[in-house]
Amino acid sequence: MGAFGHYLTGHLATLRLEFWSLFVGGVANGFLYGMIAVGYTLVYGVLRLINFAHSEIFMSGGFGGYFVMKALIGSSVPSGMATVGLIVLGIVVGGTVGALVATLLERVAYRPLRRRNAPKLAYLISAIGASYFLFNLAGKEFGRYSLSMPQPYINHPVFTIFGATVQLYYIVIFIAGVVMLFSLDRVVATTKLGRSIRAVAQDAETASLMGVNIDRTIALTFIVGGALGGAAGFLFGLGTGVVYTMGFVPALKAFTAAVLGGIGNLRGAMIGGLLLGVAESLSVVFVQAAYIDVVAFGILVAVLLFRPTGILGERLGRAA
Amino acid sequence: MTSDLIFDVQNVTLRFGGVISLSDVSLNHKRGEILAVIGPNGAGKTSLFNSLTGVYQPQEGSITFFGRNAKPISIIGKKAHRVSTAGVARTFQASRMFSALTTFENVKIGAESHRGIGVLGAMVKGPATRRGEKMSDARTIELLDFVGLRDKANTISASLSYGDRRRLEIARGLATNPQVLLLDEPAAGTNPAEKIQLTQLIRKVRDEMGVSILLIEHDMKLVMALAERLYVLNFGSVIAEGTPDEIRANAAVVEAYLGSTTSDAEELK
Amino acid sequence: MIASFWRNPHARRLGISIVAIAVLELMTGPPGNSEAPTAGIRESFLEASSFFGLFRTARWVVFFFVAILMFAIWTLLLWKGSRIRSGISSVLAAPRAASQRRPVRWGVGLALLVLAFMMPHIETDPFWQAAMVEQIAVYVLLAIGLNVVVGFAGLLDLGFVAFYAIGAYTTAWVTGALPTPPPFHIHFNPFFAIPMAIGIAMLAGIILGAPTLRLRGDYLAIVTLGFGEIITIFANNLYGITGGSQGSNPIPHPSLHLGPIHYVWGLKPVPYYYLTLTFVVIFLVAFSLLEHSRVGRAWTAIREDEVAAESVGINPLKYKVMAFAIGASTAGFAGVVTASQSNQIFPSSFTLQFSINILVLVIFGGMGSIAGVVIGALIIQTAYSFLLHSPPQGYQPADLYMYLGALLVIMMIFRPAGLVPSRRRKREIRLSESGEGHMDEVLTGDTP
Repeated sequence: MGAFGHYLTGHLATLRLEFWSLFVGGVANGFLYGMIAVGYTLVYGVLRLINFAHSEIFMSGGFGGYFVMKALIGSSVPSGMATVGLIVLGIVVGGTVGALVATLLERVAYRPLRRRNAPKLAYLISAIGASYFLFNLAGKEFGRYSLSMPQPYINHPVFTIFGATVQLYYIVIFIAGVVMLFSLDRVVATTKLGRSIRAVAQDAETASLMGVNIDRTIALTFIVGGALGGAAGFLFGLGTGVVYTMGFVPALKAFTAAVLGGIGNLRGAMIGGLLLGVAESLSVVFVQAAYIDVVAFGILVAVLLFRPTGILGERLGRAA
Repeated sequence: MTSDLIFDVQNVTLRFGGVISLSDVSLNHKRGEILAVIGPNGAGKTSLFNSLTGVYQPQEGSITFFGRNAKPISIIGKKAHRVSTAGVARTFQASRMFSALTTFENVKIGAESHRGIGVLGAMVKGPATRRGEKMSDARTIELLDFVGLRDKANTISASLSYGDRRRLEIARGLATNPQVLLLDEPAAGTNPAEKIQLTQLIRKVRDEMGVSILLIEHDMKLVMALAERLYVLNFGSVIAEGTPDEIRANAAVVEAYLGSTTSDAEELK
Repeated sequence: MIASFWRNPHARRLGISIVAIAVLELMTGPPGNSEAPTAGIRESFLEASSFFGLFRTARWVVFFFVAILMFAIWTLLLWKGSRIRSGISSVLAAPRAASQRRPVRWGVGLALLVLAFMMPHIETDPFWQAAMVEQIAVYVLLAIGLNVVVGFAGLLDLGFVAFYAIGAYTTAWVTGALPTPPPFHIHFNPFFAIPMAIGIAMLAGIILGAPTLRLRGDYLAIVTLGFGEIITIFANNLYGITGGSQGSNPIPHPSLHLGPIHYVWGLKPVPYYYLTLTFVVIFLVAFSLLEHSRVGRAWTAIREDEVAAESVGINPLKYKVMAFAIGASTAGFAGVVTASQSNQIFPSSFTLQFSINILVLVIFGGMGSIAGVVIGALIIQTAYSFLLHSPPQGYQPADLYMYLGALLVIMMIFRPAGLVPSRRRKREIRLSESGEGHMDEVLTGDTP
């Protein structure tokens, strides 16, 4: 057995040992990626373009939640119902701020271009500009350093599964992620709004002839996607803290997740998020922690080159 | 025997997911012939064109193109630009010019695309580049004269009329020195006068340049006047082949057309 | 009520003016921090300020006045705009026509060139002499290079910094300033780094481009974004090769020994200025010849309609990779200048912000227009240097990117073809807006 074989056996042994704890962490990250990824996918569905500024929606949700936690949590760590209340409040505020920023973004950076029927390149550049503007404005107003979020609970292990301890933070993400992604799926599948979104995604021209208000649908799509992205920003900040540049890397990964699942495909984005989260987490065994982002990027390039339609294929209308 | 062919299509099947676009299509195109493919909408005519030019890759069958010196070339698996280099030129259903460029530049791009690139030469504007430019300019002017667009050489192509756009596309295609020119509904959107001129131009291309012509057309009058032989496609299959007179008399063809639009069938009669 | 107010065009204009100026107020205001997140926002509006030198008042009063002024001008333009516009264009008609004439263009170009060569003698302030190289000349060069990629070939490259980093690290490598030994263990003069850096950057452009340039435009943007980020990760973590976050060892200055000519570049910026300027001129000439050659026409064809371009025998991938490699080579050269002049390089200088900065220069000046990007780069980088030299109250250097971001959005809304638009590009955008052409298909792959 060669040196590489030896290397591989060693790492596989580690993988076997650490599998479940890495898996649990990966699923938690995966839910966050999924929550951001649905924002990309929804907007892609109705506008056929990648919302480059989605990362800043995520970032502003993080800051929204941060300031609420900072204002409400004193020196003692809350517990019981107070904890639950604070987390729900954080999610709501993060989501609201996210939705607000998304709305502004649509109004200022997208709608004037849509009115003029501008080429897609203009949208991309406008979105990149908006993204740069937003995070640097946040940096100016809130400082350009990392801030740890006041914790609404003590992050203790709650139970173990296959020898992996599951901490409270993960459980918060699991519950929030499942509830939000499930509700989104139902909203898109059953409500009038969902029907409009799907109609616009399939064929905007026909949808408008059938009486769907395109402007309103697009605005609402940004709000829905922004709310989930903002909430994810809060949940992310809860674990890692907030900083004005926090949006970049998670959003790039969430985009990878959206492409992995098939851009424009809602359930694909959720599944892609979970897959990417787990894959990335397990890759820790094989590469140094510093190169994890490289792994995610490698997955992105591989998917784009070999299966650009993703696992479940494109198109919002078809999947939901 | 094969040397007098330009295209030999054998049992070609093209699928998109579960949808069959072309099923078991076989046809041949003789060198120097004006051949037409007709059929109702969605019969697979444009799919056939795209398969012949390397835009689509059929899953089954073979397409052989007999290029310069009748050298057989298999089209399937080749990229569109390679097919063009081999000697197949085409126009598009809805004209696709480089609309922000002038008529002259459009044709010149066709005239110079087959020579080696020579970036360094271009950056210093070396003698080879100058010579190349001069040759392309001469060829472009020649072709603009040929199709009758010389006086519109410096017009932005987006502001040309439909008829002129067709001429431009034909000139651009001819600029690549093709053996065969594929015309995708050349008469679409043109007025009766332009149609007559177009018919004359297409014939002139064959007669004076010796380029074989394969065209798809909806306008039966034009097809019947121009084509020497026709294939009829319906639901992705060839249902008839023959001279215009034979096709007119063919019951299956009339049936196919009656199934789609009566006006086309009327025209057929 | 708000909705009906918003529907009134006058109220709407007033509202937009006030909001826009309020945002500007926030942008120019004092910074805040996390302890007092509202402090920056509050002070932006309430801080004392001079009312155009007349009396002291709160900032919001000043800005409110500006907003009203903006509203007034806007209303006036709508009211008499067409007449004003036609007046302006008739005044500008003569110079515009003159600018189309060849001798005039050459004359202006030559005059600017002479001015550029005289500049270090006109402006002798050390700050400005350094800025002329580090902030202006190098950025002009980079903008010309990125223009080939974005403007000529229509590829949105957000990872331009990667090639700049490759150029800089190649310089460090061949001069023996990295932990990894230089090629053949010879410590080269940085002068030899120029061809090597250009070559390696080109090679990197081809290696990255060949697989990824098949992708549609928006995916390509993200992939290049990621690539730029990854180069930084590698530079930061490969301690044994790049020196990690500690940066490289000192890089020697280049020297030229060519027959009787002996010249050593030192710490002074001016010689580097001339070196860069020489290359700027070379690239300027080469790229404008390229633009009007068959390569440039092929790029235009691909940009406008890839399917049609292929149908006349143009291999899109080949031309795109070529654009990528040519763009990369200028970034590689810029990397050599930066590395050899600044003596030491750090991964932290090669950030995404840098790529976006260059993109702004190209977009602002006018993508596809060589004169445009040079002017754009000159304006923005000079403004940046001014802000660096004497920052106004409340300005932090990092705020620059906020302004650049806002500038991108504003340009896309009001003047997508840029300050000095390329005629081809302007026409393309207009045609695309009226539903002609197939530009979007190329970008997003929405082939029917």
